[in-house]
Amino acid sequence: MSSTKQTENSIPFWQDPSRRAIVYQLATLAVVGFIAYYLFSNTVTNLQRQSIATGFHFLEKEASFEVGESLIRYSAADSYARALLVGILNTIKVAFVGIVLTVVLGTFVGIARLSSNWLVSRMAAAYIEFFQDIPILLQLIFWYAVFYDSLPAPRNALEPFPGMFLCNRGLAFGVPEPHPAYGYVAVAFLAGCLCVYFLRKWARIRQDRTGLAFPVFSTGSAVLLGFPLITWFVFGAPTAMNMPRLSGFNFTGGLTVSPEFTALLLGLVLYTAAFVAEIVRSGIQAVSKGQTEAAMSLGLKPWQTLNLVILPQSLRIIVPPLTSQMLNLTKNSSLAVAIGFPDFVSVANTTINQTGQAIEGVALIMVVYLIFSLVTSAFMNWYNKKIALIER
Amino acid sequence: MKLRKLWVCAFVVVMVLAAGSISAGTLDDIKAKGFVQVGVNGQLAGFGIPDEKGEWKGLDVDTGRAIAAAVFGDAKKIKFVPLTAVQRFTALQSGEVDVLCRNATIILSRDTAQGLDFAQVNYYDGQGFLVPKKMNIKSAKELNGATVCVLPGTTTEQNVADYFRSNNMKMKPVVIENNAELNKAFFAGRCDCLTSDTSQLAGAKSVAPNPSDYIFLPEIISKEPLAPAVRHGDNQWKDVVNWTVLALINAEELGISSKNVDEMLKSSNPSIQRFLGVVPGNGKALGLEENFAYNIIKQVGNYAEVFDRNVGPSTPLGLDRGYNALWTKGGLMYSPDFK
Repeated sequence: MSSTKQTENSIPFWQDPSRRAIVYQLATLAVVGFIAYYLFSNTVTNLQRQSIATGFHFLEKEASFEVGESLIRYSAADSYARALLVGILNTIKVAFVGIVLTVVLGTFVGIARLSSNWLVSRMAAAYIEFFQDIPILLQLIFWYAVFYDSLPAPRNALEPFPGMFLCNRGLAFGVPEPHPAYGYVAVAFLAGCLCVYFLRKWARIRQDRTGLAFPVFSTGSAVLLGFPLITWFVFGAPTAMNMPRLSGFNFTGGLTVSPEFTALLLGLVLYTAAFVAEIVRSGIQAVSKGQTEAAMSLGLKPWQTLNLVILPQSLRIIVPPLTSQMLNLTKNSSLAVAIGFPDFVSVANTTINQTGQAIEGVALIMVVYLIFSLVTSAFMNWYNKKIALIER
Repeated sequence: MKLRKLWVCAFVVVMVLAAGSISAGTLDDIKAKGFVQVGVNGQLAGFGIPDEKGEWKGLDVDTGRAIAAAVFGDAKKIKFVPLTAVQRFTALQSGEVDVLCRNATIILSRDTAQGLDFAQVNYYDGQGFLVPKKMNIKSAKELNGATVCVLPGTTTEQNVADYFRSNNMKMKPVVIENNAELNKAFFAGRCDCLTSDTSQLAGAKSVAPNPSDYIFLPEIISKEPLAPAVRHGDNQWKDVVNWTVLALINAEELGISSKNVDEMLKSSNPSIQRFLGVVPGNGKALGLEENFAYNIIKQVGNYAEVFDRNVGPSTPLGLDRGYNALWTKGGLMYSPDFK
């Protein structure tokens, strides 16, 4: 025993692979660290030599430029930090709505692609090939041109429904006038969600115990719709609407969805959904046909087969590549600069130009997109783990 | 073996980085590589745009050619790099171009915090508004609530926000990076007005489907002295660019043009003799050939020729000299003596 220990100790460290590996790793780390330090210090010296301002102090200065659309109150008198926040929120808005619509449309087309109906499956295939193969930038410019070229000026706006106007400045429609009732309606809706969550849990336990199914879907829908509706009636059923009206150049009041936002959303969704459709199709096809046949022979209805047997298995295959498509959509949303949607990159561009601090600006852009991506993939990894095969 | 490769790679990377940080003066670098790299607009009629034969045309382009003529005695030793408003200063700072002749406005923050240096102004401009005639607007004060098409990365964005704010008016900007796309959106009616430097608006108007459908509003809301820019800290190169622009102006004042420059060599006027290098001194002081001004005028012309050829009354832009006339004719173009 002691002799082995002695031999071990007597091996010089450069002949011991495991200790040698540590030395190599430390050396590599040192080189990487040195290069990073060199790049950083070199940049700083060069910036100083050219007397370019450095640091993030510019964030507190007045931005003094306007932003086309904003989810929060913003004016040219606000700071660069707030202008950038407006951009970040705009990016989140388009990415979030885009991801939701993409998943819905992609799943729909992916399932249609597998339909036994010849026309439906061919149309889905044509859609996928068409939108997958055209660069997204071209699609964005195309949709934007469609909006501003084909729609009339505000004075001759189309009115598809009373109080809803469509023109080359966007789609303007009425929204309910602010009223305390809507706060309670939102609370009621959240309470409804909570109820449905517990209802579902209880129904599952009961089914496991007694074998009796409970109509969760219809009861759940009734709760989700009913709670807010009842609250709305209780608080006096306010019906006042804030309608858009033409004043001067544009519609004021109500809510306006800009052509830039719509074109960006449409381009991103149609493009990404084509990829998602393929992922969904391959995920479903990866589940062996025997599973469907077994489910059918047990007497499950087609939607039950899809819902209870096929989808839970195929989701495990779908989710990882789906995550990367979601990230793609978020990153592609930066093409907004081409069609004038004030996303984060667009606002950051203007900031960089007015302040001249390109390095800080680009660093901010990278950090923000990194955070977007990390949050999205963290969520999807959590979801992936949740639906993963539970091995007993 | 693999590891050794890694070390070699790391060493090479470090050496390359170290080499990159050492640099001689810009003028020596340019002479060594044999051509001047000039950042230009690329999409702006009259200032920097290739014509249908692919040949670069414009006032800024000719300014770049004058610099090449001054350095090499050959206006063709030049490479044009089209840059968007957003890219331009970064391209200059990073050394991608040697000089920026791209309708850039001199403002304090660019001259200081952005690490630039501006040469003599080659066009005095101001920001205005272009609106469709059928809107029946007579003044920019009537633009409250308007949607405004504007290029990003320019002083324009800030000027127009300032103007609307100081007049208690509201605006909605539509910001598109590509000049051509922006113009298209405006002509299609996406915006109520297009705002930019009046020279740019004239350029945009000249490419409209029907130019007479659009009119300028009388308000000029800013001063836009447009000038070539170089990196801060290289005084020799700045001198070269500066005196090249001044040479164009001085030649006009002295009555020297590309047509009579050869005769002028025989002139007995001491100012002309010094200017054209017949009496030496100026070239050496700048680090150039003694006949650099002769080369500029012979190959590019004087300021009047450059102006008339690119933006003057006979061009689609049809701009008057205005502020850009010589100081002797009521304008702002004024050159110190070449001595």
